[in-house]
Amino acid sequence: MLSLLRSLWEVFRHGFQPRITIQYPEEKPYLAPRYRGRIVLTRDPDGGERCVACHLCAVACPVDCIALQATEDDGGRRYPEFFRINFSRCIFCGYCEEACPTYAIQLTPDFEMGEYNRQNLVYEKKDLLIDGPGKYPDYNFWRVAGVAIGGKDKGQGENEAAPVDLHSLMP
Amino acid sequence: MTALYPLVIIAVVLFIVLNLAAGLVWVERRLLAVWQDRYGPNRVGPFGLLQPLADSVKLFFKEDWIPPFADKAVFVLAPGIIVATALLSFAVVPLAPGFVVADLDIGLLFLLAMSSLGVYSIVLAGWASNNKYSLLGGIRASAQMLSYEVFMGLSMLGVVIIAGSFRLTDIVEAQRKVWFVVPQFVGFVLFLIAGIAEARRLPFDLAEAESELIAGFHSEYSSMKFGMFFVGEYIGVTLISAAISLLYFGGWLGPVLPPAIWFGIKTLAFICLFILLRAASPRPRFDQLMAWGWKLMLPLALLNLLVTGAVVLAFS
Repeated sequence: MLSLLRSLWEVFRHGFQPRITIQYPEEKPYLAPRYRGRIVLTRDPDGGERCVACHLCAVACPVDCIALQATEDDGGRRYPEFFRINFSRCIFCGYCEEACPTYAIQLTPDFEMGEYNRQNLVYEKKDLLIDGPGKYPDYNFWRVAGVAIGGKDKGQGENEAAPVDLHSLMP
Repeated sequence: MTALYPLVIIAVVLFIVLNLAAGLVWVERRLLAVWQDRYGPNRVGPFGLLQPLADSVKLFFKEDWIPPFADKAVFVLAPGIIVATALLSFAVVPLAPGFVVADLDIGLLFLLAMSSLGVYSIVLAGWASNNKYSLLGGIRASAQMLSYEVFMGLSMLGVVIIAGSFRLTDIVEAQRKVWFVVPQFVGFVLFLIAGIAEARRLPFDLAEAESELIAGFHSEYSSMKFGMFFVGEYIGVTLISAAISLLYFGGWLGPVLPPAIWFGIKTLAFICLFILLRAASPRPRFDQLMAWGWKLMLPLALLNLLVTGAVVLAFS
């Protein structure tokens, strides 16, 4: 009986405590930097596309919402010809981000993607590609990769030794 | 003109009670939210005040479905009974001195009788639904009502003994010197507990018991028939709160403010207490409910009656 009265009092006191509710459209909730929201494609620090169209994200995607087509530019640098994410299927699991070898695809703390038309949830590359490097400001895949592309030959990458001349390898 | 006066009172009482019953939906949701660190409905209109309007519009547009296996006539009648009896008992509740539909000299008995008749609504609804959960709810309601009705009547007899009248106006006027909650504190506590059981509010809502009986007697009801049960329950809460403030807290008596305002404040305070009880207390098992009623409350009520009677007799 006494415990009942005490719980009455405790519940009554809760009326004077701060609210937990966040009044959403007016008040925005805090989202952690690693929140898994809207997916973006990022760029190198020098402005080039990071995505090398390796299809790993599309393979990792459990709901098959990523579609892309690889192509190469004149310098031999791979990039996606088109890159399409169907957000009406996406479950925001973040597997694509984990699979990406070049930090190109990233999830962002933004969930306000509501649309009246379902078709509008299919994002094309122009909708996905952002101008910055996202969560990895200094990383440049092509600078550290041992691949020759236009403007960078083999052995010119960071921390990369010049290629060994095979003819100098004598028994 | 004087012939019209009772009609005006009836209209005013109906207006206040029905609006209060609708408004209580909002009050209850807001208060529960406040005690759970939330805000509650605050979007429809200023402070969410138009929420009852939105709710009732929604209820009216819901499909009014009568199950094919139900006893149709009784099924339709049941929700009407609870609202009718609850509204009828407001006929004897004086909102202010002289402002009462029918100032019966057995007002208190009439109030008890009408609020007891309300249980027919629950039992008939449970029976007519032809659904085992509803029937269980109905059975529970009748058993609960039987056992709590007994000491509800006994607990307020103390007040009647001291005031020397069953007329509610006389009972309030008898509290000019001191409110009856002081000499009749045990009676007040017993009446409060019985009142909660009478209004079938948590913690005594075993007839509904969402978690065990999936809403019990009104599982099969939809649309405005469900709404009637809802309105009936809130009118019941208002009625019990009004009765408590009339019997134990001096009704409209109070300084400075006009009588009707005092009565309103006291009634609202008890309605808030009802909601707080809902927010804070767990639901007992049914056998615990019965054991409480017969083994604890009834002897206490009898003892209270005995002592009150003896003291009044000794001092008269």
